[in-house]
Amino acid sequence: MRPIDLIAQVLEVVAALAAAPLFVGWVNQCRAWLQNRSAPSLWLPYRGIRKLFHKEAVIADTASPLFRLTPYVVFGAMTLAAAIIPSMGTRLPLTIAADAIALVGLLATARVFQALAAIDVGTAFGTLGARREMMVGFLAEPALLMVIFVASLISATTALPAIAENLATQTVGLYPSLAFTAIAFTMVLLAENARIPIDNPATHLELTMIHEAQLLEYSARHLALMEWAAALKLFNYACIGFALFVPWGVSTGAGGPAALLASIPLLAVKLLVAGGALALIETVSAKLRVFRAPEFLGVAFVFAVLGLLVHLLLGA
Amino acid sequence: MIPLIHSPLSASLTLLAVWGLIGLMGLLRPRSVGLAGRTLFPLGALCGILLALVALASLAAPVEQRTLIIGLPDLPMHVRQDALSSVFLVLLGVVSAGISVFAAGYFRRGQGTPPGLLCLQYHVFLASMGFVLLADDAYAFMVAWETMALSSYFLVTAQHGLPEIRRAGFLYLLIAHLGALTILLSFGVMQGGSWQFTFDAMRGAHLSPQWASVAFLLALAGFGAKAGLVPFHVWLPEAHPAAPSPVSALMSGVMLKTAVYGVLRVSFDLLGHEQWWWGLVPLALGLFAALFGAVFAAVQTDMKRLLAYSSIENLGIIFSALGLALVFRGAGMLALAALALIALLYHSLNHAFIKSLLFLGTGAVLHSTGERNLGRLGGLIHRMPWVAALTLVGALAMSGLPPLNGFVSEWLLLQAFLFAHQVPHTFVNMLLPMGAALLVLAAALAAYVMVKFFGVTFLGRPREAGLARAHDAGVLERIGLVWLALGCVALGLLPTFVIDALRPVVKQLGAALPPGPASPWWLLAPVPGRQVSYSPIVFFLSIVAIVIVTMLAVRLFYHGHRRAVRPWDCGFGELTPRMQDTAEGFGQPIRHIFGSFFAITRELPSPFDRAPRYSVTVADRIWQGLYLPLGRLVQRATDAVAWLQQGRIATYLLYSFVTLVLLLALVL
Repeated sequence: MRPIDLIAQVLEVVAALAAAPLFVGWVNQCRAWLQNRSAPSLWLPYRGIRKLFHKEAVIADTASPLFRLTPYVVFGAMTLAAAIIPSMGTRLPLTIAADAIALVGLLATARVFQALAAIDVGTAFGTLGARREMMVGFLAEPALLMVIFVASLISATTALPAIAENLATQTVGLYPSLAFTAIAFTMVLLAENARIPIDNPATHLELTMIHEAQLLEYSARHLALMEWAAALKLFNYACIGFALFVPWGVSTGAGGPAALLASIPLLAVKLLVAGGALALIETVSAKLRVFRAPEFLGVAFVFAVLGLLVHLLLGA
Repeated sequence: MIPLIHSPLSASLTLLAVWGLIGLMGLLRPRSVGLAGRTLFPLGALCGILLALVALASLAAPVEQRTLIIGLPDLPMHVRQDALSSVFLVLLGVVSAGISVFAAGYFRRGQGTPPGLLCLQYHVFLASMGFVLLADDAYAFMVAWETMALSSYFLVTAQHGLPEIRRAGFLYLLIAHLGALTILLSFGVMQGGSWQFTFDAMRGAHLSPQWASVAFLLALAGFGAKAGLVPFHVWLPEAHPAAPSPVSALMSGVMLKTAVYGVLRVSFDLLGHEQWWWGLVPLALGLFAALFGAVFAAVQTDMKRLLAYSSIENLGIIFSALGLALVFRGAGMLALAALALIALLYHSLNHAFIKSLLFLGTGAVLHSTGERNLGRLGGLIHRMPWVAALTLVGALAMSGLPPLNGFVSEWLLLQAFLFAHQVPHTFVNMLLPMGAALLVLAAALAAYVMVKFFGVTFLGRPREAGLARAHDAGVLERIGLVWLALGCVALGLLPTFVIDALRPVVKQLGAALPPGPASPWWLLAPVPGRQVSYSPIVFFLSIVAIVIVTMLAVRLFYHGHRRAVRPWDCGFGELTPRMQDTAEGFGQPIRHIFGSFFAITRELPSPFDRAPRYSVTVADRIWQGLYLPLGRLVQRATDAVAWLQQGRIATYLLYSFVTLVLLLALVL
């Protein structure tokens, strides 16, 4: 292990932790512009998190210790995920600990804990949110894994850095299979991150909530961690997308400090574009009824499978 | 260890005999809870641990064969211990040890079979499972197999006062015998005209490809009936809830694995002339069973039925791994076959630990609350923290979440599926990724099922007032649960040791992992030459470190104040526990999405009903589509021949006379 790899590792985690709320702020700002509203400050998510940390935690008397532990576990899982995903460099020391399948497992761990904590308090909305979250989860997870399978088959490995490195260092070739899976991945990203059309991050209408319904009982530092973790999740998904579909610019192989430094502005540009695209998708689509969600995710799954078949048939 | 034990086979047989002896001692004072519970069951657990140690030490030892003096005249029993039997003996010993300790605290005086008799049946069950694994001829195998079925039948019907339990027991016995019959036929085909029923003779027999295929399919049907493959799965959701919890744990955790052992023994050891398409049958059946089990588990309202369907799912995953291994071996891809076999054995071990743990957890809940229906439970984490915490380990492991053990075997299996695209049959090549997709869907559904199982039982608020009196499990029960939970954690965190231990088994089955550059003990990298790795230890420690650092940082920079209040009621006034999701409610999305799997009957009230009632029942289509018509057909056939039974001696004498005349005419 070279010292530069260690630096890249630390830099990635710190950048993810620091930039995730900013990315959420950016998406919100783009959305406000597109919807002809005056945009909130870019720094609003930071101020929200800071405010919450200062508050006294108000916890339901029916909650068990699991409820209090969950925000830390979810936050920990998302931080570890940020360490595994190659957003700047591909030679990260921690990436041997988990390949792409383990990454999906890690995201599932966070989801299961969050759902369990939502049931824990014993309110109607908590269980409702948990049930819907698990429904979206069990439909989205296979689609996500199929997306990863296609990229793995192209690169003959399931290690995410190796996939990114393989795709980034090849001469630019067209992979029709990756085009299909990119559509599938975008749909999964929307569903998993509680975005329109599956869920609405701005809603407080209980009957349509999925993600927010699970957080209703959280307050103060626990809520802050959950919000931060949600921002990290969005950031992580964006970075998985970059690693699979636009890996150019990450510091690969023998890349030194210069390559690492060069990857930072590139990542920023990718995030800016992705945030704008996300806001655009959310603005032009309407929220689906909860029971249309399986169809939406079913389509995502079919796209991923199509990508796989295209890869197997055409070898590309 | 090896020099201490001169002959592992003798040691194993002795320990099985000791199990039988322990069982017989239960008859000394059949009504005494103290003798059976405090003495005999813990002794049985000790015996299990010793058996596991012996088998573990002999994993890499050479094959040992022997002819026993017991048996019919001129038909002595043959036994043999090789790596394949040893690995399943390890499973039997370790898992049964935990279950026995739990059972020591579980069985109490009550209606039904007295404790001493239960102790006999239980230990005979254990010993017969061990003997199934050691048998080396068809005769010994069938005797042990039938003893296993019968002793477990008596254990299932321990509460034989209740009619539905007798009914469940009958169904179990019926399907067990159907399975035994096809296994017997399969052995009959495999002896290949030599009329020698030792396994050695079968290994040497020359079968035509057609007959070999027939033998394989018969064995698959027979062992599939025991393993709960669709459509033979119907006994599992009936028998598991009927049986006492330690028995359910033993049946689901260990007995189902003897079916896996059997089908491995036949397809990889006894039958030599394999066809490449053999693997596709268990692969397709297994994948369907995996999805079917997961979907049905999600809509169950009875804790133990839910776990029974989850067992169907997991056995489906195991059989799909078997199919994959057969396909690879048929195509000559031995490294991938080895990977699939390791995934198979690993998942068998995992499922044994996890499912036993969960069944014992339901047993503790059942003891404490007297309730199996999820709709009347809830909030038990406050009353039963030990059981809740340990069951949570099992539930997370069953959901296939890293870094616990369920994930490791799924990871291995997915790796095998992923690199399957070099099979020399284009059509199979196209189908295998679809298989991976189905597998992933089933695994993701398992997480849904486990959130429902754990959430509705242990979390939330108690749905019934009586739950306030629930108490935690006793000391012995806790020890049993901790033992199994530790097994789950160890299997999850130390996969390299497990895989190294499994290597001789895989080698015996004719597949081998190519030796690659040695990877460190903490890194799982099973496919040499591919950059594929997973390190549960690093994974686990990283999360723990991040959690601790975050906790300390929050305390340090902010504060740890907190205040307990009533949950937010949306300004509605009062929240009652009835406003939480019931088990039906939690399963509703699944009913909606997979509607075509179920036969749903709904009873909806009209808007003007004075006393509105709403009911919905979800039934198995296979039960209505296959078993009930079959039953009706048999009934009609028996009705048709019933006129023979006239009830008059003169008529019967006439039958005998006519038969005699016909026979004489035939012979002369």
